[in-house]
Amino acid sequence: MNLTTDLSIWVAALLTLCIFSFLYKDNPFYKFAEHLFVGVSAGYYIVLNFWTVIVPNMWDPLMKSFGGHGVSDRAGMVAVELGDYRLFMLIPGLLGLLLFTRFFGKIGWMSRWSLAVIIGVYAGIKTTGFAQGDFVAQVQGSLQPLWTGELGSSINAIVFTVGLLTSLLFFFYSREHTGALGVASRLGVFFLMVGFGAGYGYTVMSRVSLLIGRLQFLLQDWLGIG
Amino acid sequence: MAHALENIDRRWIFLIMGLLVLLPLLFPLALPLVVSNRVQGFHDTIAKVPDGSTVLMPCDYDPGAIPELVPMTRTALRQLFQKNCKVVVLCLWNGGPGLVDNVVRSVATEMNKQDGVDFVNLGFKEGREAVMVVMGQGIANAFPRDYRGQETRSLPVMRGVRDYSSFPLLVSISAGYPGTKEWVQQVQARFHIPVVAGVTAVSAPEYYPYLQSGQLLGLLGGMAGAAEYEKARGEKGTATRGMDAQSMAHIFVALCILAGNWVQWSKSRSVAP
Repeated sequence: MNLTTDLSIWVAALLTLCIFSFLYKDNPFYKFAEHLFVGVSAGYYIVLNFWTVIVPNMWDPLMKSFGGHGVSDRAGMVAVELGDYRLFMLIPGLLGLLLFTRFFGKIGWMSRWSLAVIIGVYAGIKTTGFAQGDFVAQVQGSLQPLWTGELGSSINAIVFTVGLLTSLLFFFYSREHTGALGVASRLGVFFLMVGFGAGYGYTVMSRVSLLIGRLQFLLQDWLGIG
Repeated sequence: MAHALENIDRRWIFLIMGLLVLLPLLFPLALPLVVSNRVQGFHDTIAKVPDGSTVLMPCDYDPGAIPELVPMTRTALRQLFQKNCKVVVLCLWNGGPGLVDNVVRSVATEMNKQDGVDFVNLGFKEGREAVMVVMGQGIANAFPRDYRGQETRSLPVMRGVRDYSSFPLLVSISAGYPGTKEWVQQVQARFHIPVVAGVTAVSAPEYYPYLQSGQLLGLLGGMAGAAEYEKARGEKGTATRGMDAQSMAHIFVALCILAGNWVQWSKSRSVAP
């Protein structure tokens, strides 16, 4: 055993133990670590976003433009032939500021303009991404030959196709699940259950990994064992 | 017996789980590990990238994913650096840039690679999918400065890097949203870049359809995936060392499920007329 002398590792180790103490029962050590985490995170995120988004993507380019240093040392805020449209950066800047109008009762409605832009842009991006990446590509990937010339992969393809069709039929609610549809949808439930089981197994693995990670930290980095 | 199990204090379960994880970490069992096709695919896809090319590597995670994703990030970086590939790293999770920077720098130091020449950490940018879209118009447009505040355009590693067409491969290491799913939807589908992914176990089932359709050429799922990748590379890192504990914990969870079902079955039998 070789205890570390690094103060930051001691702080991390003691906070880890404070959090683990909740497994016994709720206590002031756990509460302290939890509140510290929330407070530090909030401060960290504000500072991070200011220095990594607002300063390099808006403040710096605008200041350079106002100072007469555009692209290739050209003065001004727009240089169409160089593809430089810095003037437009004022628009997201203004929309960002409008979000803060929520703090001022009477003009709070102005924040809705910014929200409308945010929702509109993300809805558009998500829709096109889903259509190209999921819908078209997944339908394409599902259309596969049932007989591939090799027994193993052919069985795989047949099981896949049966699973796909019966799972889809389970979500068909326009007709009562009786007769052939009932049999197919019940078979679909089995496939869904296999999917849920795999998901559960993977979730257990993820959660156990967290515990392993913390114990490896305590043993190796803090206590110096192993 | 069934009654005792039904009323067991949950803290006994926590204690047993803790011991089952702790003991294999102190006394390794060296249980066997087999490299699966999806992990071999991840390894082989990186191996096929031309030596010296520039690879994009988004590391979208935060400290909550350290045990699963840091080992695979290290191994992937070692494989890329060994091929003299230049690596452009970025992070779309606000809790991650410092962590990712430490990991990249530690591997770079180990492999004698230089910041700005052999790799660059572009750092964090808020905007999720919007950042991915802007990067399609120019990487430096989205990231004018790197994590250390250097002008991105002036870095030797960024010479010849314009947009996604400059990368022969995208290695996505992600813990959720935004992550691999968004890189596939916004970048692979539009720009047709080959993509391999390393993800947390809890999100892994979501990515199997992408693997089956060929949108992902390889997949590392959680600590097991990271351990298999270490085995494929002949390394023995923290993921491999954690797998014995992982196996013991899974056996215990399976036994708990069986015991719970047995208790319920016993109860229903005793209640039945």
